[in-house]
Amino acid sequence: MTDMAASTSSSASTTDRISKSLVKRRRAEKRFRLYGQIAIGFAVAFLLILLGSIVKDGYRAFWMHEIQLNVTVDADRFAPEGQRDEASLRGINYDAIIVQSLRDKLDVENSRTNRKALRDLVSQEFGFVLREKVLADPSLIGQTFSLTAPLDDQADLYFKGEIKRSVAEDNRPLTDRQLDWLDELKSQGQIKSKFNTLLFTRSDSTQPEIAGLWGAIVGSFFTLSVTLLLSVPLAVAAAVYLEEFAPKNKFTDFIEININNLAAVPSIVFGLLGLAVLINFFGMPRSAPIVGGVVLALMVLPTIIISTRASLKAVSPSIRQAALALGASKNQSVFQHVLPLAAPGILTGTIISMAQALGETAPLLMIGMVSFVPSAPESVMAPSTALPVQIYIWENASERSFRDRTAAAIIVLLGFMIVMNLAAVLLRRRFERRW
Amino acid sequence: MLWFLTALVLALMGLVYVQAARKAHGFAQQQGVRLHSRPGYHGWYAALWTGVPALIILLVALLLQDRLMTAMVRGGLPAEILALPPERIELFLRQAEALAFGYEDLSTIVFPEAALAAAADHYERLKSLIRGAVLALVAVAAVLGLVMTRRRLAPDLRARPVVERFVNGLLILASAVAVLTTVGIVMSLLFESLRFFQSVSIFEFLFGMKWSPQIALRADQVGQSGAFGAVPLFAGTMLIMVIAMITAAPIGLFSAIYLSEYASKRARDIIKPVLEILAGIPTVVYGFFAALTVGPFVRSVAETMGMSVPNQSALAAGVVMGIMIIPFISSLSDDVINAVPQALRDGAYAMGATQSETVKNVVLPAALPGIVGALLLAVSRAIGETMIVTMAAGQAANLTANPLDQVTTVTVQIVMLLTGDQEFDSPKTLAAFGLGLTLFVATLCLNILALRVVQKYREKYE
Repeated sequence: MTDMAASTSSSASTTDRISKSLVKRRRAEKRFRLYGQIAIGFAVAFLLILLGSIVKDGYRAFWMHEIQLNVTVDADRFAPEGQRDEASLRGINYDAIIVQSLRDKLDVENSRTNRKALRDLVSQEFGFVLREKVLADPSLIGQTFSLTAPLDDQADLYFKGEIKRSVAEDNRPLTDRQLDWLDELKSQGQIKSKFNTLLFTRSDSTQPEIAGLWGAIVGSFFTLSVTLLLSVPLAVAAAVYLEEFAPKNKFTDFIEININNLAAVPSIVFGLLGLAVLINFFGMPRSAPIVGGVVLALMVLPTIIISTRASLKAVSPSIRQAALALGASKNQSVFQHVLPLAAPGILTGTIISMAQALGETAPLLMIGMVSFVPSAPESVMAPSTALPVQIYIWENASERSFRDRTAAAIIVLLGFMIVMNLAAVLLRRRFERRW
Repeated sequence: MLWFLTALVLALMGLVYVQAARKAHGFAQQQGVRLHSRPGYHGWYAALWTGVPALIILLVALLLQDRLMTAMVRGGLPAEILALPPERIELFLRQAEALAFGYEDLSTIVFPEAALAAAADHYERLKSLIRGAVLALVAVAAVLGLVMTRRRLAPDLRARPVVERFVNGLLILASAVAVLTTVGIVMSLLFESLRFFQSVSIFEFLFGMKWSPQIALRADQVGQSGAFGAVPLFAGTMLIMVIAMITAAPIGLFSAIYLSEYASKRARDIIKPVLEILAGIPTVVYGFFAALTVGPFVRSVAETMGMSVPNQSALAAGVVMGIMIIPFISSLSDDVINAVPQALRDGAYAMGATQSETVKNVVLPAALPGIVGALLLAVSRAIGETMIVTMAAGQAANLTANPLDQVTTVTVQIVMLLTGDQEFDSPKTLAAFGLGLTLFVATLCLNILALRVVQKYREKYE
């Protein structure tokens, strides 16, 4: 009986102990839950900070400041003997004409330092625009006409508030006098801000104010076209074989292990493969989109194979059986029934892989797509850069304006990726079918 | 020329297809005749026999013609040119080729013009010879195939099995591309690395403590001796990997636990895509963020604590790499945790365990092999990541464990060694392949290990 009494008293104390510990355990429960929320909060906060800092840096680069000036090509000074041949027209110092018209506008005395300071306010592009205009129509010599061109990147930064008067004169690239001139020009209405179309129509340049992404976009387009044309047929064929035809044996096991391993190989190793095999062994051109495309195709191959297999697997077996029952051969059932039904899924996987390939940088560095290419490539064999590589190149540039442009280029790149991923999501929604 | 021929052959195939299919259709119209295969298969049968041998010949010619020509021109060079050092001979051949085919060649000509002109002439003769030969071969192959199939086309021709066998062969070839890629990677890395290890001993490479790959350009230059001891790179890679994992592992794991055990379906539907966005952002964007936002932030924080720190540091690169890896760990662990059967949880609840106790004592132990596998894969990802470290970790090969120092990694050095102009055969560029091989082997081992862990220790619940 003593046993019984002991056990009741001990059970009472156990309940007691448990109810006491319960407070602690509930607190532990809450804490644990909180850890999870904090972790997710961190991840989301990181994402927001990342995107926020890029937008904060990049939005300015989508605007630019332009200056409009009345220029006079003085016939007596620049073509005293009435020369109109191309060589002497090219030889004219167009920068001097622009400086002259700025001096007239601002009423600045003619000195060497003043000329230099004025010259630095507008883009070198102004001289080229003027020259092209005169070359196209030599009758402009001796006339006064209005011309618009971008401001120099430093002046542009002043109007964007990046260069402040409050900073000591020695610590900023523009002097007080240059700032006064800029303010004066602005108040006269010569300087206007507008959407930066040059960012999309020009290729890379050493002058930040006229550096654009067009060459990189075309380069990425060529590269991805090669990737698409190469990877999709290969990957779909491989997936169809492995999913529908392959017998279960050592060879197919080996292929599957290979595919899974390739999916985890660092992308830079694919770049080394491209360099050693495509460029050095097969003698393909360096820096060319075709090499980049082949390398990226090999890189995304496992991803597309895996997603294609998943969508083939999702097609109901009844489709296959029905086709076979009606007398179709195995090939006919696969190619005429299963594959078309799996196509939306394959397409979705392909688009996502292409977005991944679009953002890939490291392998392209290996095959030399990092060179300075001031024009858009004309073919897949021509030297070129690509969007992510352009970001890398600009990030390395020292000028302050290139930082804004880098962020703007990132926004453009992310824009392309968002569009591709949205397309994939919409396709999935539209065509997804469950059996 | 070869491309034009290819297009021609393809057009011919199209024509043959239409013809043969029409002929087969004609058979089918006759009374009492039953086709073995449908007309389309007859078309394919004829087109394949006509075109495929010709296309194979064209492909071989396309791949080999340049090497063949160069080899033959090299064989016919005069003795004075052959006496030059090998890289001069290469340059000579390249210039002769440029001269022959009107490529742009920016290097100035320094060879005797007569010899160059002769070699260029040789190139041109060979090229027209090869063209003629290819043209003849292709024509013979196409005509032979055409004649043969024309004779064979008959109602009882078993065209479908032949075409299907051909298609299946193509499918097998396509699957073998994955194997070929692996073989290509291994062979190219191994081959170039072996050449590297001829000039630098493998022990010096793996255990040497000094990394300065600058090689003296002239013999009399001072202070520029190449040193290829990769230990500082391995140490830097490890340091950044550890920082990344310290950042990513807890956040990734706790996110996965919260998502799979606590979050409502609605919260899950919102949070999961947000995490996936982190996974979809290109690494060059993370690199920009690390170099221009996180790096200066780390620096200014350290400066307020009285330390002087460079803008580029292991910490900045490591933390940002960690952010990049979070979704990788969280989605893999999420899958693993979801695979733990509900019965185990219900059992724990029935014993009076709270939800967190269930997670800690039941779910996590059951999911442990999968989680370890996910972490190993994340480590492999961190080691192979290139852009973040290239942009934010620095290039100084410091052997240090201080996260605020600049360090350099294996991938950074591969990029540094291979970007810019240099001779391909110098130990400097070959060193990149040595590093690439090390990287490939390391990630391969980690992947295999991860797979093994998952397979060996996975509890089976069926």
